Amino acid sequence: MTDITDLDVREGVDRETVETVQNMGSYKYGWNTEIEMDYAPKGVNEDIVRLISKKNQEPEWMTEWRLEAYRRWVTMTEPKWAMLNYPEIDYQDQYYYARPKSMEEKPKSLDDVDPKLLATYDKLGIPLREQMILAGVEGAEDAPAEGRRVAVDAVFDSVSLGTTFKDELAKAGVIFCSISEAIREHPELVRKYLGSVVPQSDNYFATLNSAVFSDGSFVYIPPGVKCPMELSTYFRINAENTGQFERTLIIADKGAHVSYLEGCTAPKRDTTQLHAAVVELVILEDAEIKYSTVQNWFPGDENGKGGIYNFVTKRADCRGDRAKVMWTQVETGSAITWKYPSCILRGNESQGEFYSIAIANNWQQADTGTKMIHLGKNTRSRIVSKGISAGQAQNTYRGLVTMHPRATNSRNYTQCDSLLIGDKCGAHTVPYIEVKNSSSRVEHEATTSKVDDDQLFYCRSRGMDEEEAVALVVNGFCREVLQALPMEFAMEAQALVAISLEGSVG
Amino acid sequence: MLKINNLHVKLEDEDKQILKGLTLEVPAGEVHAIMGPNGSGKSTLSYVLSGRDGYEVTDGSATLDGESLLDMEPEERAAAGLFLAFQYPVEIPGVGNMTFLRTAVNAQRKARGEAELTAGEFLKVVRAKAAELQISPDMLKRPVNVGFSGGEKKRNEILQMAMLEPRMCIMDETDSGLDVDAMRLVSEGVNALRSEGRSFLVITHYQRLLNHIKPDVVHIMSNGRIIKSGGPELALEVEENGYGDLLAEAG
Ligand SMILES: Nc1ncnc2c1ncn2[C@@H]1O[C@H](COP(=O)(O)OP(=O)(O)O)[C@@H](O)[C@H]1O
Ligand SMILES: [Mg+2]
Repeated sequence: MTDITDLDVREGVDRETVETVQNMGSYKYGWNTEIEMDYAPKGVNEDIVRLISKKNQEPEWMTEWRLEAYRRWVTMTEPKWAMLNYPEIDYQDQYYYARPKSMEEKPKSLDDVDPKLLATYDKLGIPLREQMILAGVEGAEDAPAEGRRVAVDAVFDSVSLGTTFKDELAKAGVIFCSISEAIREHPELVRKYLGSVVPQSDNYFATLNSAVFSDGSFVYIPPGVKCPMELSTYFRINAENTGQFERTLIIADKGAHVSYLEGCTAPKRDTTQLHAAVVELVILEDAEIKYSTVQNWFPGDENGKGGIYNFVTKRADCRGDRAKVMWTQVETGSAITWKYPSCILRGNESQGEFYSIAIANNWQQADTGTKMIHLGKNTRSRIVSKGISAGQAQNTYRGLVTMHPRATNSRNYTQCDSLLIGDKCGAHTVPYIEVKNSSSRVEHEATTSKVDDDQLFYCRSRGMDEEEAVALVVNGFCREVLQALPMEFAMEAQALVAISLEGSVG
Repeated sequence: MLKINNLHVKLEDEDKQILKGLTLEVPAGEVHAIMGPNGSGKSTLSYVLSGRDGYEVTDGSATLDGESLLDMEPEERAAAGLFLAFQYPVEIPGVGNMTFLRTAVNAQRKARGEAELTAGEFLKVVRAKAAELQISPDMLKRPVNVGFSGGEKKRNEILQMAMLEPRMCIMDETDSGLDVDAMRLVSEGVNALRSEGRSFLVITHYQRLLNHIKPDVVHIMSNGRIIKSGGPELALEVEENGYGDLLAEAG
């Protein structure tokens, strides 16, 4: 008897110890969920494109749209201009569709929901009440919400498990659902706006995404409506050898306001995984979208093994006068980051802002920045980029600011700061500036510095260990951008800065 | 409390000896002052004791309550109760003064196996101590030492000292650049901390600080060594005659 009790106790302790150690490791979200999955066969071809479309029960126009993109994609070649080095990607050696078996039919009650899916989101820190809805339980929405209210769309591998607060949002006229649902339920909106900001043929990765995207989020805010809560999407890649291709489309109609958050994690794996997303924002007259990302895909281990290859096209079109968009990104994850959230400032007096923190540690490579395309009169843009490189990492800021002839009296301000930790990493700044009228002004400031030994010693002499000291100094360096994030996200991001830099000193 | 014996220190990447056999003992509860001409190695001594990089100890020892300081990381020395008020406090852009203080206090508590202070507990203590040093709430919010005046920086060092409650306080020219009022505030802050279990090593050029903070022993340092030790009257002698005679006497 005693033996069994002892064993139980010991096992309990061990499990706890294992979890503690995992949590202490540099990547907190590296565990995976053991779950039965349905996969499409490996590789991509027209049949796979049709299969994805069929799984999502799409109308024919959508299937055709995808096929058109696919046929285009096979004629294109992968872009090589970024300062990124990675082995050839074999596009036929991965799965393009993976769905938990239990999601084949939408669960109707809590008893039907796969507890492993529940546990996954619980472990990722998404509150239980939301989680019940996330897992697709109907009727859970009437339970009282605790804490802040953020509606969530949870995407697990290729499918959206569900979105929360749907009814309450609907009362305000807001549509928030998975893109696959939007294609079925709101075809008029999707047909009007999908591909209108990032065309099918935009670039290699966006075109691939157009062909094979499996799910993602859709938001429509009607004229004059201020979205009553923050919206968010949480992307989780779980399956092995599976690419994730999500598609997000947000439309803020005239005078509408919305703040949208995006988070992402993936398990630790030895093999690299492809992620190629497209995000399109449409902002009409006097409308405003604030889009914040905390990207924390698995960055690969300290020897550069594994990690997510993150090729993302994000673009906002300020289509109406006085439209405003603000991109804020905290990029700490991924082995490779290729990402340039951009603003097309088409409306007169429209405004675009881009705040970015990009951290590259160990063998990570980041090539990220923004494009500000000034087309309208009196348009304004502001870029604040903070790049942090540690270990053997390479971190490039690549930015384009264009003032078209018609964009008279427009302004851009760019501040681009790089911080180096150690002497084996690199920071690069590649600004492109084109001004085609005489009344507009572009200001660009750039600095590169090393993390200061005196600052670190000062912190350590007050009792902080070296990593804590680095995290504090780096958080200070990023402050301007952290402040641009919504409160709760800012705290998460701050902690993430510390975690991402673990092992960068000493 | 603090025992330094025959300490020899050179620069790590230069063939330059700075401390040349320094011996000094500060018993618990006492205040010792070190005076000496510029360049005699006073700041170097304070940096070596707190564990800054760039120096090589070639001989001798330094212990805090019998434990060798020189083998510890800077943060371990801090957790063991050593504190240095810097001659030139360092600016940390973007890091709020309050955040810095709380991180430091909790880091030390954690290292000593004590529970961390909650935001509320911490706030209460820091507000009271800041008020005593006439540090405004605004200064607590601003980034650490950024845009602080000389006097503000020094008062901020004393605030950190008051919050961290070290056993061995080293103050490196905390009085330089202070006006009369600031000097009074800083001295009051220090005197409030004086206790049986806490010792001070006060590095200064001026006797006037020692009117406020009464030392038990005054040491004269020159060229990397203590050349003379005595009572408070030694400081008066320096004030009147300078270091000339003392240096000549020491040869
Ligand atoms: N990092 C350094 N590089 C070069 N010289 C140094 C360095 N640190 C100290 N010194 C020299 O060592 C001597 C002692 O300096 P310091 O300890 O600052 O003296 P004090 O504080 O007594 O004025 C001076 O000659 C100073 O120039
Ligand atoms: Mg000095």
